[in-house]
Amino acid sequence: MIETVTRPHRAHLVRWAAQRPEVLVLSADLTASCEADLFRDTYPGRFFSLGMAEQNMMGFAAGLAREGFFPYVHTFAVFITRRPFDQVAMAIGYPSLPVRLVGFLPGLTTPGGVTHQAIDDVGLMRLIPNMTVLEAGDATEVTSVLDVAQAVDGPVYIRQLRGEVPRLFPADAPMRLGRARVLAGGDDLCVVSSGICTEEALRATAALRAKGLGVRHLHVSTLKPFDDPAVLDALAGVRLGVITMENHSVIGGLGDAVAALMTKHGVGGRLRRLGLQDTYAHGAGKAYLLREYGLDAAALVRAAETLAGARLDIDDSDLAAVRMGTLTAAEKTEDL
Amino acid sequence: MASLPTAAVKHTSPETMPPATAPATAQAGHAATRTAGATAADVRRVADAVRRRVLDYTLQNNGGYLSQACSSAELLATLYLRVLRLGPSTAPLVPRPFAGVPGAGNPEAFTGADYNGPRDPALDRFIFSPVHYALVLYSLLIELGRLGPDGLEAFNQDGSTVELIGAEHSPGHEVTAGSLGQALSQAGGIALARRLKGERGRVWVFMSDGELQEGQTWEAFAALAHHRIGNLGVYIDANAQQCDGAMADTMTIEPLAGRLRAFGAEVHEVDGHDSDALAAPAADFGGGDRPLAVIARTDPCRGVELMRARAPRLHYLRFKSDAELQAYAALLATLDAEARA
Repeated sequence: MIETVTRPHRAHLVRWAAQRPEVLVLSADLTASCEADLFRDTYPGRFFSLGMAEQNMMGFAAGLAREGFFPYVHTFAVFITRRPFDQVAMAIGYPSLPVRLVGFLPGLTTPGGVTHQAIDDVGLMRLIPNMTVLEAGDATEVTSVLDVAQAVDGPVYIRQLRGEVPRLFPADAPMRLGRARVLAGGDDLCVVSSGICTEEALRATAALRAKGLGVRHLHVSTLKPFDDPAVLDALAGVRLGVITMENHSVIGGLGDAVAALMTKHGVGGRLRRLGLQDTYAHGAGKAYLLREYGLDAAALVRAAETLAGARLDIDDSDLAAVRMGTLTAAEKTEDL
Repeated sequence: MASLPTAAVKHTSPETMPPATAPATAQAGHAATRTAGATAADVRRVADAVRRRVLDYTLQNNGGYLSQACSSAELLATLYLRVLRLGPSTAPLVPRPFAGVPGAGNPEAFTGADYNGPRDPALDRFIFSPVHYALVLYSLLIELGRLGPDGLEAFNQDGSTVELIGAEHSPGHEVTAGSLGQALSQAGGIALARRLKGERGRVWVFMSDGELQEGQTWEAFAALAHHRIGNLGVYIDANAQQCDGAMADTMTIEPLAGRLRAFGAEVHEVDGHDSDALAAPAADFGGGDRPLAVIARTDPCRGVELMRARAPRLHYLRFKSDAELQAYAALLATLDAEARA
């Protein structure tokens, strides 16, 4: 059973910022929902409520950053990347200011429906020159992502997790900028996953391996820049092809980044991109949505079967048998 | 309260900063400093010269943002001569060429804020929001000796920073504000940061009235009031014009004074061509707990009566015929002769 950590960001942010007086938190009426409430209560002089006014908040963050502070903007990913896109691009992106945009509720992790599901945030932020894009995939990355972001000279978008977060990676193996985690080796298939999809992928790759397939598996946490030589190495020389898996539209995110790398270097053969297939989603539980939109372990098995050109006879009970533990958040009852 | 992030803040030699003393302009024959006790007559002389220079370049380019010079010449001249506490320019008289966009890989990138003097805790900052007024600002910087007399040779030329619509690398500019309505929020962040650092200098924002149509502007005023930001003042060129024509026909923002007061600002409504009236609200501003908003009611044809025939489309002047161009050229000749007399 995988260890589950409750609200890892909440307490870590306070500890991490203790010796960093230049770190501020800006919030837009979702303070506890983004686990910034303990920071607010601990450092009230470094916390600024900007209300439901994200466009202005981005400008304030830019101004504070120009004066030497490091604003950590906390709100839902949709409200960072959609509504104030022009402000992020012009006030923060163009001058390359050290603003850290911490976006919560990535993809299908919320039952809040289409308005709250960030299915295009990675694509939108990757489009902005100077922007670094990071995504946390487990409790270890939820906490270590702050060190990675803080070391970046320029703006950073963090696709962050909240609530009950599994610990897939050892606590002493922090996220590193531009370095994928190589989780398994094998020469038949290459699976590249990010965010919460890595846990689903781990279940599927275990089942595939039990059927005799050699599956190399990488977990990616730096979505831009996308220049890790280990990823390029993994994409090359694989027999059946590559599968990407992301909690995001297949347009603009991990799948497109992998596709661009493969075509640039002429490696990797066939590519299947798992993710939202150019569609919006709707409000429902996470497990239901992952299955509906082909983002669960079973979907990865089907993609592997397509590339292998053969049925692998893996059913739900096989996947359940290798189940490594699940997110136990009571999603339907969480505050939005 | 937050401590000063000393290591992170890049200041420009504050210890050796002299008080605000800009170099006098030998060409224009007047002192370009607030502390020199500039008067309304000084402002008028500078404002008239700015109008002439903008008209000249409008003729040379067969078009330009002339009405903006007509409405804002006294306002911007008053800010630089009588309101802003600025040090002398630390920028070259000849504008630098574009050094590439900012980014981690480009240490050569710069802003044009150094035309407004060095950063210093005691000095003011100037944030220029409606950057299609850039030619007005460049012309003013020339009259004040902050930009060389030939500074406009690079105006609207490829590879130049003296752009038609300014960005943060353009002389006198500090932020990239061309997507209108965004600069006030950035100035708010700067003002908040300066308060956190205990700096006495104030932050001044020059805005156009059309920007009050953007929702973000009202978000910003709400935030300024909520956070009791009393070191930020806004001057609004209320010329009642925008690209489509009269603001009253496009999307009214009136009653502007009442709206701004309701949002928590200290509001003054003045004749935007009266330098004394413009300067008065700024005297001793900075110690309170709410932002200042000065609505400068202005005439977009002031000094160029010919343009009135084009109302209500005054946003960008493009000559429709050679005869029209000749009429404006004749006006410039007359104005130049008057100035020499």
